[in-house]
Formats: sequence, structure tokens, C-alpha cells
Amino acid sequence: MTASDPSALSELTQETVALTRRLFLQLQRRPSTLVAGILQPLIWLVLFGALFSRAPEGLLPGGMSYGRFLGAGVIVFTAFSGALNAGLPVMFDREFGFLNRLLVAPLRSRSSIVLASVLYITTLSLVQSLAIMLMAAFLGYGWPGLAGLGLVMLTLLMLVFAVTALSLGLAFALPGHIELIAVIFVANLPLLFASTALAPLSFMPTWMGWLAALNPLTFAIEPIRAAYAGPLDLSNVLLEAPYGPVSGTTCLLVLAGLTLGLFLLIRPLLNRKLA
Amino acid sequence: MPVLELIHLEKAYGEVKALDGLSLSVPEGALYGLLGPNGAGKTTTLRIIATLLAPDRGSVRVAGVDALKDPRAVRRLLGYVAQEVAIDKILTGRELLQLQGDLYHLPRRERDRRIDELVSGLGMEAWVDRRCGTYSGGMRRRLDLASGLLHRPRVLVLDEPTVGLDIESRAAIWQVLRDLRDQGTSVLLSSHYLEEVEALADQMAIIDAGRVIAEGSPEALKQELGGDRVTLRVREFSDPSEANHLCALLEPLDGVRRIVVNRSQGYSLNLVVDGEEVLPRLRAELDAAGLPVFALAQSRPSLDDVYLQATGRTLMDAELAVAGQRDPKLERKQAMR
Repeated sequence: MTASDPSALSELTQETVALTRRLFLQLQRRPSTLVAGILQPLIWLVLFGALFSRAPEGLLPGGMSYGRFLGAGVIVFTAFSGALNAGLPVMFDREFGFLNRLLVAPLRSRSSIVLASVLYITTLSLVQSLAIMLMAAFLGYGWPGLAGLGLVMLTLLMLVFAVTALSLGLAFALPGHIELIAVIFVANLPLLFASTALAPLSFMPTWMGWLAALNPLTFAIEPIRAAYAGPLDLSNVLLEAPYGPVSGTTCLLVLAGLTLGLFLLIRPLLNRKLA
Repeated sequence: MPVLELIHLEKAYGEVKALDGLSLSVPEGALYGLLGPNGAGKTTTLRIIATLLAPDRGSVRVAGVDALKDPRAVRRLLGYVAQEVAIDKILTGRELLQLQGDLYHLPRRERDRRIDELVSGLGMEAWVDRRCGTYSGGMRRRLDLASGLLHRPRVLVLDEPTVGLDIESRAAIWQVLRDLRDQGTSVLLSSHYLEEVEALADQMAIIDAGRVIAEGSPEALKQELGGDRVTLRVREFSDPSEANHLCALLEPLDGVRRIVVNRSQGYSLNLVVDGEEVLPRLRAELDAAGLPVFALAQSRPSLDDVYLQATGRTLMDAELAVAGQRDPKLERKQAMR
């Protein structure tokens, strides 16, 4: 692509919009992914919220109710598991040869194939998360307010980008959709349990505290939890990790770094597979 | 200048050599047939032309453009209809064509006008707005054809476009390809059907084991062989020594030009003779030697004879020979990115 070519941008837009449109048409006609992606966290929210509803007061840091505590975890889990599936449509396109149809066309840049997936999955994950936030509010688990909402969305956006990059990388690295689904299956719940989504660090044995304090999900959960607790100062310490205190700013920087790192990591793979 | 030029292509999948120095030249405006049994390297050749696959060695030029140096320019010139094209079952045919048009960067209005044109030209009105998942094989093939033609390619490349189709759909596709050629589009199609190439192509190449073994117009190829064909069997299943004995016996006869032993058909003999008058002489010679005649048939040379002449087996036998050896899983993997 050369900058001197004025049609480059419009061609890139045309092909990206067309590829994204296809994914949304699929979603519109097969909305089960969208529905399941909202239903599952909703069940989490209701069942897990009820499970600990009689826990002694003052057990959680700041005297928070468990439902309120759990809310942030479920929101992040929704976005996370949605983004983890990003690679699936790409994998099916690889397997069934639809990708070859795209590669025969004179695409301005083959990044448009990846870009369309990122646009699609980001929208889908954020819509699912927003739906869960609304339902959590309805269940009485609170609402972060407008500024808080901005922070929640920014945090989720970074997490979704990072996980999408990972999933797309896997979609090109693994031999087929069976393997991809297996990896998604194995990664999904353990990452949730080994984070601060369901319980605070102080509840965990040291070894697990280390795991949770290194888990990317924790870096997304804590700022969101703080946004729900009230007006947020990002310089506040949100997590007393075994390796030291972690502030809101640090959480966001870690997520940004992770996103960047993963995109750089999968780039050579995508370049090779789409060359 | 040829519109498509392949020079000494080589391609191996691991140990298996798919192309072994294949060279081909398609003149502008031709309807060019690539005939060969399954596994001869047809699909690999077309995938290389379509820029989906890079050859290990050799060069590809489409309308003078080097496909390895400037694949994007080549993609614009080409329409490629793969053998088993993936379609998105949940989209309608029209939506798929719209996507295709956008990937070729047609302006929206031109895209939609062109889609309408092809939909009516290929008789797709009744079902183009239904989801692709409901299409029959013939409908899918017509949709594939439409998507290959959407951007008015200079060269249309089709991989076995009528395999598995009913006679009616096949005839319809043949007619479309003829019309295209008449309107000036160059068409290259692969096929393992003799009749298809014979009926359609004005130029052709026969490929076997990754190499071109004969090239020209179907008529010229047959004429080059010359003479009449005679298939002779002294018993249903003969053996090499008997076949050699028969060769030695019949070869000196007046009017017998050449004898090929067809090892894949029970060592029957395929003779090239000057004309019908040779037949009685053959019978007399066999009688005199005390040999029985199980079958003796005479025919004009066909493309199959061209193939037989070059490889020592018929096209159908070549097909059968590889039928058990193919590994669809492996082939799918080769096609996968």
C-alpha cells in the first residue's frame, strides 16, 4: 500500500466494511452466539450472587455485598469469553476454503480480513457486556455512572483487543476448529477462577494469589470493580498483590502493554499465513 | 502475445512432485482445455495461476504481468472458479455476489448493475435471494460462475466446472463458456472428461504426472496421430509375454503403423492402422498363427488415443489407478492456509 494512491483508503474501507457486514449478517441470522453469550454470564450472576448472599457482612473489602463484588467479575468474564471466540469464524473460513475465496480477490490489504474480525468481535463483546451491566443494575448490583461507564468500556476494549489477538493467532496456528475449541474450553474457566472475579486475593492461598495477581483478567476486573464502588482515582491502589501494590493506572498500562504485545506476537504469523 | 504463460513450473508437496516442469501457453481469446486424470497436477496448476500457491520453480505471466512479482494485478485480471468453492450457507446468493463485488472494489452502482446482469444472464432470478445453503449443485456452480465473472476478468480460470453436474446444468455452463469466448474473454478450464474438452476447447493440453504431454487443437492432436485405431484382444486377460509375441507377429504386417500395449487393460493391443482394409489381414495372420480373437474393434482416433499413445494407458485407467491413493484429508490440508 502506498500513501500516494488516493484510492487505497476507500478500497480498504470498502473491503473491510463488506467483510464485517458478512459477519454481522451471520450473527443476525444465527443469533444464538449473541444470546448464549449474554445468558451464560446472567446465570453466573444470578446463581453465584445467590450462593453467597448470606455470607457474613464485612467479609469483603470495603463491606461490599457479594453481588456487587461479583458484578465486575462477570462483566469482564462476558467480554473475555466473547473475545476468546474471535478466532472461530476465521478458523471455519480456513477449513471450509472461504478464506481462499478472499485471497483470490485483489484485496488492497489482507489485514482487512483480520480487521473485520476485530471490529465484529469487539462490537459483539461490548454489546454483551453492556447487556450484562444493565441486568446487573436491574438485579440491584449497582451502576458505575457515566464517567465510570467510560472507564469500564475503555478497560473492556483493551481486554477484548488483547484476547481477540490471542484467539486470531490461535485460529491461524492450530490445525482445525476441534483444537481451537479445546483450547478455548480449557482456557476459559480456569482463567476465571484464577482471578479476582469470584473472590478477593485475601481469600486465596499464597500460590493462587500469585496466579490471580498475574492474571490479565484481574487487571481488568479491579478498575471496573473500583468504578462501581464510586468516583475513581486511578492513582489509588486497587490490588495488594504479593509483589506489591497495584494502582488503577498500572492496571490499564498492563492491559495496554498486553494488547500491544499480543498484536506484535501474532503479526509474523498472520503475515505468513496471509502472504 | 499469449494471455497466460506458464514456464517450467515445479511444485512438490513433501516428497510428492505435483508439477514437474509444466509449461503452457494460452493464446488470447482461446477456450483452452486442460485435460488429464485426477492427480495429474491440474488443480495445482490452476491454484498457482490464481496466486493461491507459489511454485517451487518456474514463472507465471498473465497478460504480461508476472504473477509472482505483482500478484494483486494478476488477481484483478483473473476470474477463478475453484473446484469446490466454499460458499457461506447463511448468506443469499446476491449477498455473496455483493461481497465479491466489494472485494474487487467495484463501485456500488456498477456492482449492483453487474449482479442484475449476471443473475438474468445465468437464469438465477428465481433463487438468488434465497440462502445458499438451499442450493443444488447446479445452482452453486452457476453462482460460482457469476462471482468469477463479476469484475469482467480478462481470463476466466475454472477447475473442473461441470464435475458431478447433471447433463442440463453441464450444457448450460458449456454455453456460457462458449458465449464468453465469443465475446473475447479467454477461458482456461481443467477437466478429466474427454467429451468436455472435445466439445468445448479450441486449444488444449494433455497433462500427466505434472507435465504437458501433448498440446494443440483437439483436431490437430487427433490428426497428428493419424490412421484408425484397432483394439485387439486374443483373450480377456493376456500377459506381457503373449502381448510381446503378438507385437512381434503383427508389427511387420503391411498397414500396421504402430502397436501400443495397454497394460492397464489385460495387456490388450492398441494398433494404429492405415485403414479398415487392414482388419482382414490381421484376422488372417492371427488365424494362421492359431491364435483366437476375443475382441477386435476399430475406431477413429480419439483424444483418449492421444493420451494412450503418450502414456501407455487410457485416461479412465489412470483415473482408477489414483482413485484409491488419494487422501482427501491431505488434499484439504494442502488447500488450507
